[in-house]
Amino acid sequence: MSALVLAGGQVLADGVIDFNVGALGRNFWSLTVSGLTYGSIYALVAVGYTLVYGVLRLINFAHSEIFMLGMFGQYATLMLLGFNPSGDVFQQGVLLTIVFLGVAMVGGMAVSGGAAVVLERVAYRPLRRRGAPALVFLITAIGASFVIQEFVHFVLPKLTGNALGGVNAQQPIRLVQPSTQFELFGANVTNVDLVIVVAALALAFAVDRFVNATKFGRGIRAVAQDPVTATLMGVSRERIIVLTFLVGGMLAGAAALLYTLRVPSGVIYSGGFILGLKAFSAAVLGGIGNLRGALLGGLLLGVMELYGQALFGTEWRDVVAFVLLILVLMFRPTGILGESLGKARA
Amino acid sequence: MSQPGGLSAGSEHGDEHLADPGRADRSTPEAYLPDGGTDAEAVAFDVAEVHPELADEAVVAEIVAADREIHAAVGEPLLQMQGVTMQFGGLTALDAVTFEIRRGEILGLIGPNGAGKTTCFNTMTGVYRPTAGQVVFDGQPIGKIKRNQITRLGIARTFQNIRLFSDMTALENVVVGTDARHRTSVPGAIFRSKRHRQEERDALDRAMALLEFVGIGKRATQQARNLPYGDQRRLEIARALATEPKLLCLDEPAAGFNPAEKVELMDLIRKIRDDGFTVLLIEHDMRLVMGVTDRVVVLEFGRKIADGLPRDVSADPAVIAAYLGVPDDATA
Amino acid sequence: MSTEMTTTAPAPVHLGVGDRVRLWWDALPRQTQWVAGVVGVLLVALLPVLRPPVLTTVGTDFAGVLAQFGMYALLAIGLNVVVGQTGLLDLGYVGFYAIGAYTVGLMTSPSSPWNLTDDWLSREWGWLFAVPVAVAITALSGLLLGSPTLRLRGDYLAIVTLGFGEIVRLLADNLSTVTGGGRGLNQIAYPVVGQSAERPNGIFSAGNTGLPLNSGTWWFWLSLVLIVLVLVVVGNLERSRVGRAWVAIREDEDAAEIMGVPTFKFKLWAFLIGASIGGLSGALYAGQVQFVVPTTFNVINSMLFLCAVVLGGQGNKLGVILGAFAIVYLPNFFLGRTELFGIPIDGNEIANYRYLFFGLALMILMIFRPQGLFPARQKLLTYGREVYVIARRAAAAATGRRTPDTTGGAR
Repeated sequence: MSALVLAGGQVLADGVIDFNVGALGRNFWSLTVSGLTYGSIYALVAVGYTLVYGVLRLINFAHSEIFMLGMFGQYATLMLLGFNPSGDVFQQGVLLTIVFLGVAMVGGMAVSGGAAVVLERVAYRPLRRRGAPALVFLITAIGASFVIQEFVHFVLPKLTGNALGGVNAQQPIRLVQPSTQFELFGANVTNVDLVIVVAALALAFAVDRFVNATKFGRGIRAVAQDPVTATLMGVSRERIIVLTFLVGGMLAGAAALLYTLRVPSGVIYSGGFILGLKAFSAAVLGGIGNLRGALLGGLLLGVMELYGQALFGTEWRDVVAFVLLILVLMFRPTGILGESLGKARA
Repeated sequence: MSQPGGLSAGSEHGDEHLADPGRADRSTPEAYLPDGGTDAEAVAFDVAEVHPELADEAVVAEIVAADREIHAAVGEPLLQMQGVTMQFGGLTALDAVTFEIRRGEILGLIGPNGAGKTTCFNTMTGVYRPTAGQVVFDGQPIGKIKRNQITRLGIARTFQNIRLFSDMTALENVVVGTDARHRTSVPGAIFRSKRHRQEERDALDRAMALLEFVGIGKRATQQARNLPYGDQRRLEIARALATEPKLLCLDEPAAGFNPAEKVELMDLIRKIRDDGFTVLLIEHDMRLVMGVTDRVVVLEFGRKIADGLPRDVSADPAVIAAYLGVPDDATA
Repeated sequence: MSTEMTTTAPAPVHLGVGDRVRLWWDALPRQTQWVAGVVGVLLVALLPVLRPPVLTTVGTDFAGVLAQFGMYALLAIGLNVVVGQTGLLDLGYVGFYAIGAYTVGLMTSPSSPWNLTDDWLSREWGWLFAVPVAVAITALSGLLLGSPTLRLRGDYLAIVTLGFGEIVRLLADNLSTVTGGGRGLNQIAYPVVGQSAERPNGIFSAGNTGLPLNSGTWWFWLSLVLIVLVLVVVGNLERSRVGRAWVAIREDEDAAEIMGVPTFKFKLWAFLIGASIGGLSGALYAGQVQFVVPTTFNVINSMLFLCAVVLGGQGNKLGVILGAFAIVYLPNFFLGRTELFGIPIDGNEIANYRYLFFGLALMILMIFRPQGLFPARQKLLTYGREVYVIARRAAAAATGRRTPDTTGGAR
């Protein structure tokens, strides 16, 4: 931070950072649309962090890798469907494209959801049995994160004979060629934007209903609020935990497809890290452990960082995101909506 | 819920949800080793070997006695609750409670469950800020003072659900208490200034004396979490006394004790008072309260319903009425 | 809460190997301990000269690896103050490392606009002058980060520090007119001493790689000296009111506050001291490599530092140094190796998989030995030694008698 202060004088003198207010004003609506698409992806991933935190008081640091696995899951699904990375699904016609995307999303969700459950089983459950302190869980999560990343980096190419791309990068997959569908306050809204926002909203709504209006959701909330009493009342805590990881993982897998639509070159072993970090920031921003907070935080972060990008320049996008996080926490130490999944309104 | 040989400090690690109830005490890494943690120091030793002078009880009492200037004279009010009201949302936990603690006495604060004893206690020690009214301690209102500074002003407390620093030894726990009176800080410690070394030596001596005083000197080098339950309670008292308080507040110190241990505790409380401390005792056990206190304040539904000598209070019809339904305790 | 609990006695005494070693060590006279310590440090210092057969790395220069270990050891000691002692989860510690390195870089690199070495500061002494400035600035940054954020609860603090680490790296990357952006800063000053015909730029110059006592060796020795100094300082703090406050905060922050510990103040101190040590290490790094780029300070490195601390045993100063050694040494051990004890292996391939093994090791360790490889109880009293020695003797005697009556009758 002192670097910031030191650099500050110099920066202002040299005009290194242009405060391009004009760019923000001109592109306000298109930035908003774009920000909302990113934001809804963050939101979906953030839900995974928030649910697990709510139930276990655990930062599932490996969730970003679950997301990354989801990207490979949908990639593999598309390959199985005979999709060519350099091709364009959209040329197959709208209906078939939707089917393709739907199947790919299911593939991603299956891989991510499965991986999340395996992660819980292999890494976290033994620790829970031993009643380990929080830091031990976090270290395990970091370890698991390394393992998953390196597995995809080095082992997966060998197993698949480079079918999913080589060691370092995958081919960008342009699933849908963005084309403007209509204008909103002068901003072009593309088919990609529409698919992302609509799918994310539908999933967010579904998960909100699931947590707040089903028997399983009630179990999740009960365990989040008071695990001991919940167990005494006959809720199987272990089953709830598995369910939580499954739901969080599946949403990450769905987000993975949406992310690939938006950023075709994103499918890479290290592609989960920064996104995971941002999604986690989004969860904290909204109030970690709070489902609707995660959704709100995601959208807010997505939009704000694009405004910041327009204002300061592309390279400052991530800085804007983290500074925003720190600022919000300084004034609202438990996030915008406050924590607690258990107290979420039904 | 305190476990034997372990504490409920698990909340700091956020794992209270994770451990099953039987393992609630396993809050530190070593505690869940397969062999239950090794502790080379887990054997009692003879204090006299290290500090021969501590064999003499009078010397121990002399070292333990706080050497501090107190404005209030003996028998004068040391702490005054002046119309203290405490509301949580719509709930009034304390309703204009007024009483005083006089220097040199043992005051009992009693009342049925939910009467507001603990809330009262928490407003005195700065954990809560009263909604209305004020707490005056030794002539100074403690409205906006930070919690750690209230301790340094001279109010020390123990916890109903024991909260020791479980990874530290008994001796170290007590020395943390003495640190409240230390003047040196980081620079002194880095350069081992003369004053710092003197403070460290004094702290060690005083801590050993305090452990002897409460009767657990031989456990000095054992880790707090490995102490038997009763000794943990005593250690809490020693740690609170180490801060050289003008007023010592004991929050249900006899919880979980058997009758013999309660008698020992009563002796200890008297000994503390005789050594020049003022004691506030919150207790459920009427026999203990009636046996040891000089004066009793009774709370019910956040209001003071009686204030007087133990004998008078126990005959007070309002108090008897308040305690009906808790027959075991009311018989005292 | 029931009354039966009151009679429960503590677990029976069990002396492990570590306890026996500790008992033996603590009972030694002070002088013997000092002599043993000095001999131990000297032996470690001789490693790059002796180059023991199996231990010496094949693919990279052994002395260079040791020099890197020296820096990581400092980082581990500093982070241990924050995480191990005080229990504050800092995931952005690499930020302090970066600030230390970049401060030295900005002050002495010709490509920096704030280069001082072409005006009034000589190239020879530029580094030495920059180090204390770097430490001071890092300490200040610790203060600036800590004072608004240390009121946050554990997990929030973790994410805020993580964000801080990322921000520092991004600033280094983005402020290209100042920091050189992705190109970094080059030709950073280093101490020019001991010039000779073979070493025209002195013993610390990165140029002299082929000679027997190459620059890595000298940097390793320098870092050893600094490690010992830092250990003395941190040890003094640990055995004082400060260290006790830290551990009390880690164990139960509220209880500590109520026992009169100014918790915020001591958390801030922990942050500040941890940050300065990280900055010192960064300054050392900048001098050794003479070149800083943002990618060196990825957040993933913070995780590695944290791993060193956890691996070694949180709270144990010597343990975390060994943890740092494992982190730095193991990947390099396999690099370029074609055989090990006669068994042919593909060392480079293994080194490729280092993070995979590393992650697996962490996960397994956390299940079976979460307290780290070398856990040790800290000593928190300056003059407590004799009390503990006597108590341990009693313990040993009791174990010898095989009937440890721990309920109180053993006196």
